[in-house]
Amino acid sequence: MTPPPISNDSEAIGPPLADETGGGVSEFNLKHIASLARLHFEEKDLKVFESQVAGILKFVDELRKVNVDGVEPTSHPLPLTNVFREDEIKPSLNVEEFQKNSPQVRGRFFEVPKVIEDKS
Amino acid sequence: MNSKYLTTIGLEVHVQLNSKTKIFCGCEIRFGAPPNSQVCPVCLGLPGVLPVLNHQAFRLGLRAVLALRGTPSKRIKFDRKNYYYPDLPKGYQISQYDCPLGQGGALEIETEGRLKKIRLTRAHLEEDAGKLMHDISAAASHVDLNRAGTPLLEIVSEPELETPEEAYQYLTHLKAIIKSIGVSECNMEKGHLRCDANVSVRKNASDLLGKKVEIKNLNSFKAVKAALQYEIKRQTEALEKGEAIPQETRLWDDLKQKTLSMRSKEEAHDYRYFPEPDLVPFFVTQEEIDRELASLPELPKEKAERFARDYGLTTYDAGLLTQSSGIADFFEDCASGFPGHKTIVNWVIGPISAYLNEASLEFEALKLAPETLIRLIKLVESGQLSFQTAKEKVFPEVLKTHRDPEEVMKEKGLAQVSDEGALDAWIAEAIQAHPKVVSDFKSGKETAAMFLVGQVMKKSRGTANPGKVQELMKKKLKELV
Ligand SMILES: [Zn+2]
Repeated sequence: MTPPPISNDSEAIGPPLADETGGGVSEFNLKHIASLARLHFEEKDLKVFESQVAGILKFVDELRKVNVDGVEPTSHPLPLTNVFREDEIKPSLNVEEFQKNSPQVRGRFFEVPKVIEDKS
Repeated sequence: MNSKYLTTIGLEVHVQLNSKTKIFCGCEIRFGAPPNSQVCPVCLGLPGVLPVLNHQAFRLGLRAVLALRGTPSKRIKFDRKNYYYPDLPKGYQISQYDCPLGQGGALEIETEGRLKKIRLTRAHLEEDAGKLMHDISAAASHVDLNRAGTPLLEIVSEPELETPEEAYQYLTHLKAIIKSIGVSECNMEKGHLRCDANVSVRKNASDLLGKKVEIKNLNSFKAVKAALQYEIKRQTEALEKGEAIPQETRLWDDLKQKTLSMRSKEEAHDYRYFPEPDLVPFFVTQEEIDRELASLPELPKEKAERFARDYGLTTYDAGLLTQSSGIADFFEDCASGFPGHKTIVNWVIGPISAYLNEASLEFEALKLAPETLIRLIKLVESGQLSFQTAKEKVFPEVLKTHRDPEEVMKEKGLAQVSDEGALDAWIAEAIQAHPKVVSDFKSGKETAAMFLVGQVMKKSRGTANPGKVQELMKKKLKELV
C-alpha cells in the first residue's frame, strides 16, 4: 500500500470516518463501515443508525471550528512518554487454559471457517 | 524489455527484528515451537490487557534506520491498522501511520556496471500477524498465534527501481546491511525477510492506463524477480492491446509461476488508521541515536571498498565477499595467513558458494576453519593434489566430517601422481588399448592425444597430474611416429 504522508510536528488523527474528499457527514457510508467491521444491520435499522451516527459526527465536527494554531497536538491523554519494557522472557499461557474460551479448536490450533484467498 | 515503456518498481520489505521477546509482550520468539505455545493475553488480544513496547525492538529498529542513512523521527507514535482476518486476534495490527520511526535514507546498488542510489521513503515498527494453515482439513482453517506480535521493521523504498534485476540487487544489499548490523538474522526459510512489490508499466510518465499493481506472497528473492518479470510482461501485453491496467493486489503463485488477482483484498485497503490509545508517544533521544551510531560495525559497502583497496580485489569480488559478514570475516582470517588472496577468493565464490547454494545453507553453518581451507589450497599449490580432485572429492568430505584435508587425501588415495614411472605405465597401457586412436594421431589428428590423456585420467581416478600426463603422452606419441 502507498505509505501514508509523514507528519513531523502536526499530528494526523487518521482519516475521519466521513469521506476524505471533503464531502463531510453526508458522504458517510455506514453500510461500508459496518461491512468492514463485520457487523450486519437490517436495512430499516441502518437508516436509523445512519442518522444517529450522522448526528454524532456533526456534533464532533463542531470541533473543527476551534482555532488550534500553535497548540501542540496530543495523541495520548496521559502526560507520559517513552514507556518501555526490557527484552525479558515472561512465561506464556498454557494452551488448555486459553482454549477454554475458544468456540472451536483442533489440537493446539484455533479452528476457524475456511479462509481461502479469492483468486482469479 | 521493451524500452517503449516506463517500468517503476517499489519494494516494501518486512524485516523480523532480532529480539528475544515479542514487540508488546514478554512471550518468547522461538521458531518451530509447538503451535500456540508462545502466547499470552496481550498477543492473544484478550480484553483488558495493555501492550508495552519492547525497548530492544525499538533500539534494533533505530539501528537499522541509522545504518540505512535514514533520519530518526524526533517523536514517534503507534496507530491501529484495522482489518478483519483470523490471523489478527485483535482485529487490528499495531503499526505506525504518520509518525514512523525513520524517514528517508538510501541504498546503493550496482546496475549495468554503474552505481545507482535507491532512496527509501520510510521505516516503521509494527507487529506481525499469526499464521494460518489451510491444509490440515478441507473444511476449516487453523490458526497458530506464536508469530503474532513478533517485531517487524517495514522498510519502504521509493519507486525508483526499474528492472527485476535491480529489485534483486536492492534486496541483496538490504539483507547484507541488516544482517551485518545484527538487527535480524535474515533467515529466509524462517520468514525473517518478507517482501511485497509495487510495479507499474506505463507508456510515459503521464500515461493514465498503467496503474500500480501490488504483488504479495514473495517469499524469496528469486520469487521477487520471477514475479516482477511475469508482471511486467503481463502489463506490457495489456498496454499493447490498449487495455487499461486496474490498480489491484495480486498474489504470486510460486508453483504456477504467475500472479493471480486477489479480489478479496480490494475492500481491505480501507484500514481506518487511528492512534493506538494503549501506547504513549515516544521521543527518540540524541543519546540513544549516538549510542547506536557508535556501535555500528563497518557496513558491507565500506567493507567492500576496503577489501578492494587492501587486498587488491576487483569491485565485483569484493562485493560478493561482503554480502555476508561471516564470509567476509572468513576471507580476512584466511588472507591474514596466506598471501594468495585471489586463490582464496576463487575458492570462496567458487566451490564454497556453490556448496552453500546447493545445500541452501548459510556460511556459518559450514563451521569451516580458515586454516582448513589454507591447508587444502597449499596441497593444490604444492602439486600434491589436483584442483579438480580437491574441489570434487576432498573438499566435500572435509565439509562433512571436519577432518584434515591431507588426511582425507591420503586415506582415499587421492594424492596427485606426478611420478614419471607411474604415469608412464598408465600411458603405455592407454596406448596399447587404443591402437586405432594411435594411428589417428599418426595420420595427423592431434586431438587424438587428448582422448588418450583422458583415458589415463580415468584409469588414475583423477589423481594423475594432468599437465604432466599431457607432456609425457605427447612425447611418447611423437616417438611412435
Ligand atoms: Zn504474548
